[in-house]
Amino acid sequence: MGRYVIRRLLQMIPVFFGTTLLIFLMVNVMGDPIAGLCGDRQCDPATAAQLRTEFGLDKPVWQQYLTYMGNVFTGDFGTAFNGQKVTELMATAFPITIRLTLIAIVFEVVIGITLGVVTGLRRGRPVDTGVLILTLVVISVPTFVTGLLLQLLLGVEWGIIKPSVSPQAPVDELIVPGLVLASVSLAYVTRLTRTSIAENARADYVRTAVAKGLPRRRVVVRHLLRNSLIPVVTFIGTDVGALMGGAIVTERIFNIHGVGYQLYQGILRQNTQTVVGFVTVLVLVFLAANLIVDLLYAVLDPRIRYA
Amino acid sequence: MLLEVRDLHVEFHTRDGVAKAVNGVNYSVAEGETLAVLGESGSGKSVTAQAIMGILDMPPGRISGGQVLFKDRDLLTLKNEERRKIRGQEMAMIFQDALSSLNPVLSVGQQLGEMFVVHRGMSRKDAKTRSIELMDRVRIPAAKERVGNFPHQFSGGMRQRIMIAMAMALEPSLIIADEPTTALDVTVQAQVMELLAELQRELDMGLILITHDLGVVADVADKIAVMYAGRIVETSPVHDIYRAPAHPYTKGLLRSIPRLDQKGQDLYAIKGLPPNLLHIPPGCAFHPRCPMAQAVCRTDVPPLYTVDENRRSACHFWKETLDAR
Repeated sequence: MGRYVIRRLLQMIPVFFGTTLLIFLMVNVMGDPIAGLCGDRQCDPATAAQLRTEFGLDKPVWQQYLTYMGNVFTGDFGTAFNGQKVTELMATAFPITIRLTLIAIVFEVVIGITLGVVTGLRRGRPVDTGVLILTLVVISVPTFVTGLLLQLLLGVEWGIIKPSVSPQAPVDELIVPGLVLASVSLAYVTRLTRTSIAENARADYVRTAVAKGLPRRRVVVRHLLRNSLIPVVTFIGTDVGALMGGAIVTERIFNIHGVGYQLYQGILRQNTQTVVGFVTVLVLVFLAANLIVDLLYAVLDPRIRYA
Repeated sequence: MLLEVRDLHVEFHTRDGVAKAVNGVNYSVAEGETLAVLGESGSGKSVTAQAIMGILDMPPGRISGGQVLFKDRDLLTLKNEERRKIRGQEMAMIFQDALSSLNPVLSVGQQLGEMFVVHRGMSRKDAKTRSIELMDRVRIPAAKERVGNFPHQFSGGMRQRIMIAMAMALEPSLIIADEPTTALDVTVQAQVMELLAELQRELDMGLILITHDLGVVADVADKIAVMYAGRIVETSPVHDIYRAPAHPYTKGLLRSIPRLDQKGQDLYAIKGLPPNLLHIPPGCAFHPRCPMAQAVCRTDVPPLYTVDENRRSACHFWKETLDAR
């Protein structure tokens, strides 16, 4: 097990450098970051040149990358053009997004798995068909539509929630945005659980559990669910990474100043340091989430052993 | 009588129509008695057992008639909760493929101990002690060390022993073993069968042994019920049936056992295929494959004729079959 973890951690190194380099190059291709700084007017050539030297933009790209990576390993993610440290931005943005992601995951686990179990055990009945159609609708409608609709109805028309989340983003204000963020994944979790439950419900060991005279609840929870959750856990695990980076739309709609919001601003202002810094951390989160999922596999299914 | 099945009918509603899997089965098992139920795949022997246990998938299955009297109570009229309490405590089942029938993600100790926790309200710790005792009893070596192992870490024979231990856990009065040795190596088959017979004697349990292996039957069974197309075609004490079968189907089954004194000869096989349960032939269901079939067999369903005190045969020509040897 220990050896397996070490091997996986080592495998992360090339992935880490590869992705960061790719992002670095992509941001460079986007155009001259200085050009956008002075608004619609052309920048004063002298100021522009000074800024370029200050941020090291006059050097070749590979050299910029090496300098940047060198700084990253000392904990310095650079400075945004407005003079704020990128690490400072992260310190305010990440807690908010982590909170939002956790709320979304709770929705996925609680609602998604419950609906999946209920429908999986009642295949072809009205509940099943109803939920199935609902999930199809949720999957088909883009997040910005669901988000804006809920914001308009719950926030503006009925005044149940605040349409715009305050800068501190307390948990209660993040519930509706969390639901919006979770919606599509929640529908997938429901469907995945449903299929898995329906498939395993016919398994021999479930029949054995019934023949042992166990109460139905115990048959479902202890025997059926535990076996059926293996693919669902994989999905939710990888979704952690996707949710954290993919909150751009949701965070924009509800004006949440999290990672998605900062990334959006960074891209809009061609703020290389911010974009590369945030994405690098997201890549790390994604890799860690994947590793945890693989380790969870072995916990859920004793037939899997890592050497 | 411990268990008495009376005129049991089970059908399956499928897209293609109604499959009549069990059509009026009667059999009985007394305490300490072993009944072997013999028949090809699809003869309804497993479905009957599932109906007795109450683990039939309904739908698509439906019990359309009959009674299952267990200790003088008709199980089919009991509430689900009452039936659940009988399962595991008073009757238990051993399945064919222990690997797929045991839960892959729970340790064998957990699966054995569960019986005591659920039915006896024992603490987990006590249940674990009892699990180790059970594993010792079915002669699994190093039970104490292996109680935390998972099913895939055991060999096929050991896994089947665990299944047996699980069925024995609460010392039920009836055990149904559905082809308990089919998935095992021949050498292991004998050991497992021996163990099962020994425990049965010790606990004085009724045993229904479902099999298509005539070799297994001869050693352990007291009486035999042969099934074909969802009906009993012959019942008999075990020795009489080997000496002189009273139904052409039983005769065919016995003739198709390979024998050492017939070396070099072609192996006998009953011609034709088992009937489609959606369209069971009229009259005697076996008539299209029967070497003795006459006109009457195509029209009249044979009743269970009384051959002697202990024997019944559902053949219009049981006398001729007996005499023909």
